[in-house]
Amino acid sequence: MSYLLKNGILPNGAKTDLAIQDQLLVSPDALDKNHRIIELDGKQILPGLVDLHTHLREPGFEEAETVATGSLSAVRGGYTAISAMANTSPVADTAGVVEQVFRLGQLTGLCDVFPIGAVTQGLNGEALSEIGAMADSSARVRVFSDDGKCVFDPLIMRRALEYVKKFDGVIAQHAQEPGLTIGAQMNEGEISAQLGLKGWPAVAEEAIIARDVLLAEHTKSRLHICHLTTAGGVEIIRGAKSRGVQVTAEVTPHHLLLTDDYAKNYDPIFKVNPPLRLESDVLALRAGLADGTIDIVATDHAPHSLESKDCEWAEASFGMVGLETALSIVIKTMVETGVMDYLAVADRLSIAPARIGRYETHGQSLEVGKVANLTIVDTAAKWIVDRDLMSTRSKNTPFHGFELPGVVTHTFFNGKLVFGG
Amino acid sequence: MKHLLSINDLSREDAILILDTAAELSRIADGPMKKLPTLRGRTIVNLFAEDSTRTRISFEAAAKRLSADVINFSAKGSSLSKGESLKDTALTLQAMGADAVVIRHPASGAPTRLAENQWMSGAVINAGDGTHEHPSQALLDAFTIRKHLAKGATDLAGLRVAIVGDILHSRVARSNVLLLTKLGAHVTLIAPPTLLPFGVESWPVSISYDLDSVISNVDVLMMLRIQQERMQERFFPNAREYSRYFGLNRDRMNSMLPNSIVMHPGPMNRGLEITADAADSARSVIVEQVSNGVSVRMAILYLLLAGLPIEGGIN
Amino acid sequence: MKVVLPAPDISRAIVRIAHEILERYNGAESLTLLGIPTRGAHLANRIALSINAIEGGQVAIGTLDVTMHRDDLRTRSPKALLPTVIPAAGVEDRHVVLIDDVLYSGRTIRAALDALGEIGRPSSVSLAVLIDRGHRELPIRADFVGKNIPTARTEIIKVNLIEVDGSDEVTIAEGGAR
Repeated sequence: MSYLLKNGILPNGAKTDLAIQDQLLVSPDALDKNHRIIELDGKQILPGLVDLHTHLREPGFEEAETVATGSLSAVRGGYTAISAMANTSPVADTAGVVEQVFRLGQLTGLCDVFPIGAVTQGLNGEALSEIGAMADSSARVRVFSDDGKCVFDPLIMRRALEYVKKFDGVIAQHAQEPGLTIGAQMNEGEISAQLGLKGWPAVAEEAIIARDVLLAEHTKSRLHICHLTTAGGVEIIRGAKSRGVQVTAEVTPHHLLLTDDYAKNYDPIFKVNPPLRLESDVLALRAGLADGTIDIVATDHAPHSLESKDCEWAEASFGMVGLETALSIVIKTMVETGVMDYLAVADRLSIAPARIGRYETHGQSLEVGKVANLTIVDTAAKWIVDRDLMSTRSKNTPFHGFELPGVVTHTFFNGKLVFGG
Repeated sequence: MKHLLSINDLSREDAILILDTAAELSRIADGPMKKLPTLRGRTIVNLFAEDSTRTRISFEAAAKRLSADVINFSAKGSSLSKGESLKDTALTLQAMGADAVVIRHPASGAPTRLAENQWMSGAVINAGDGTHEHPSQALLDAFTIRKHLAKGATDLAGLRVAIVGDILHSRVARSNVLLLTKLGAHVTLIAPPTLLPFGVESWPVSISYDLDSVISNVDVLMMLRIQQERMQERFFPNAREYSRYFGLNRDRMNSMLPNSIVMHPGPMNRGLEITADAADSARSVIVEQVSNGVSVRMAILYLLLAGLPIEGGIN
Repeated sequence: MKVVLPAPDISRAIVRIAHEILERYNGAESLTLLGIPTRGAHLANRIALSINAIEGGQVAIGTLDVTMHRDDLRTRSPKALLPTVIPAAGVEDRHVVLIDDVLYSGRTIRAALDALGEIGRPSSVSLAVLIDRGHRELPIRADFVGKNIPTARTEIIKVNLIEVDGSDEVTIAEGGAR
């Protein structure tokens, strides 16, 4: 099937028609006679969104999500590529597991599922996993992360940073000093003191970030910091970049909007790792994303079954789903507040993540000859989040009932309409 | 007011009403009427997912003196200890027709979740949740202080209270800070820096690391229990150093003001935070706190359960 | 609004009730007066003063709060408790006279009898009220009455006493459902 998309708006604001045929963007004159015309009527066109941080829970935790249901959720949110984190069961620390996840994504066929390989075997933080085998596998892994856990041993982190240089890889660190966060439940602050919940101090995140940018500087390696949440962390990254360190950073949509006030009723829907923090952190993260200190938005989509959130706070799992609300949250917090335009949105949610992950068919310019991975969003429309209508298998969204701007109307993956229309 | 989850659920007037009601109930208990029919036909469940003898018996006695039926559900040997979720336990209690649940739980916020999720329709009374709050303890502490020191006033205006010990992990401290300040008392927290909560400077209290500089200027000295685990968790070097700086012994007690009193929510570590002679001295009202607990808990049960649930305030 | 019992009539009624009580029980030695707070307690005080003036001595007097024994607790917000003070003479083997301002449905007195039952076993219990307004819902009657005033359920009887309300008078007014 080929398509002619009429009267869309490019990220730079220019009005345009786009033609899609045989997986690629083509010139409209080259279209087959029986192509389908889609009238966009001023809707925004973006390069297909790319998520560098997704938990798909397969293999091992399929009751919460599978590669198939996660892909469905992704394309609803406008994502044409997602990156499956390694904390599955078994852990994705061998070529076998990453190839399995990759294959499942291909079979589903809705978007690209790029597996992330574990840095250490079994996520135990002690011995490097088979990084080379995973890089050379059919999954062609370039991003390595123990996310869920921190690579806390400085020697292991140094070795990992050095080793991935051979494979043009990047180590994505979940920055959390374990000794300072034993039993931690929420941000350490006035609210955690009042609520009687053990605190997760900002310094536990910042101390690891500071150490790792220095290591990356020393080893001249690529470092990526997952889910940045503090103003102090933004400062450290800013300083490191100004010295030429090859560090990139991501922020989640929920950290652009929510603060630790939301924990006041002990509703574990707001329990997440790293935790929601202060208003001053939210503002610093927005400023960092706007000025490029923070390179990308990544969802950290973390599905959890109902019983692990329908309980007291201390018993509940950490995490929030986010694929279907990410773009809307970015529009609400960054575009509607005037600090980013859609060129910047395209960069932070598609171009930059594709570059960091080395995903060659994503985050491309919207020109003839490029692979047709596109997202169409009606930026004027509003919608109310209803967790029961979401495609993700799990319902743990903190935004249930929120009214958000921006409705994704069409998602094209490799030239195929996989959502909408 | 349907639930008592935190002292913040009470206005100053609500708190004074509880104290006044408790005063009348304790007078009645001393005299003629041992049992009142007020809550006849109501079922109150004690859901104690954490060990406690003192508080549970106190609530049980309070409920029975009001002629309520009491069902005890404690952690050991119950389905809770076998991994049944709080939700399923609550649904079971609802099916049994509980009008109120008195809940003690190791997780901060568990009573709040019980109240918010509406797994059951009864009143929820927090008997101590994690390190969050213990409202009935604070109320009986305020009652005890008022009885000894308020000189007929209905509140605690102008009284100086020092709370000493592991403030960081103490739900008793949190509830007491909220209630004592609400009733007009001035509160000083005394602890090693490692045992004070982050951001405590924003609380409406004074802070000190030095017990000796504060002890001769207070009307009430409230000692908190120090748990053995805190030493393993390296909050301070050892028990000796803790006792030396923050323990109440006879010399410290003798430096207190003439009519001042010593309190402790119990159970005590005799020899650690308080010596035996201090605990048993004439200044100590520790035993009386326990008996006041029953009257205060009767007042709470009466005011929460006897009438219809009211939005925003008891009266 | 109409005044049905002005101040002088209240005083006379109290003196008469005091005489009637003394006549029934042959003096004050076996009596325990228990006023139901708030206004019943003040009336009990006045009756006691009257009795003491007539007989000499000090008749045993106290208060009995019935809040915790009411049968209509669930229909209204929980009320603050008023004081219950039993005199040293107690109630055991005594002639207890309950004293209240208005007798209406009788439920307050039923609650008082319940409360009394917890305290002890009097030889007898009798009831003195300033106003009996009819409409009993229980088999309860007053032994000593200041004034009988037939009323409609929609009317409101208000007993004002100097100690509480600043003046002595009993009024009746149209007011709507009870």
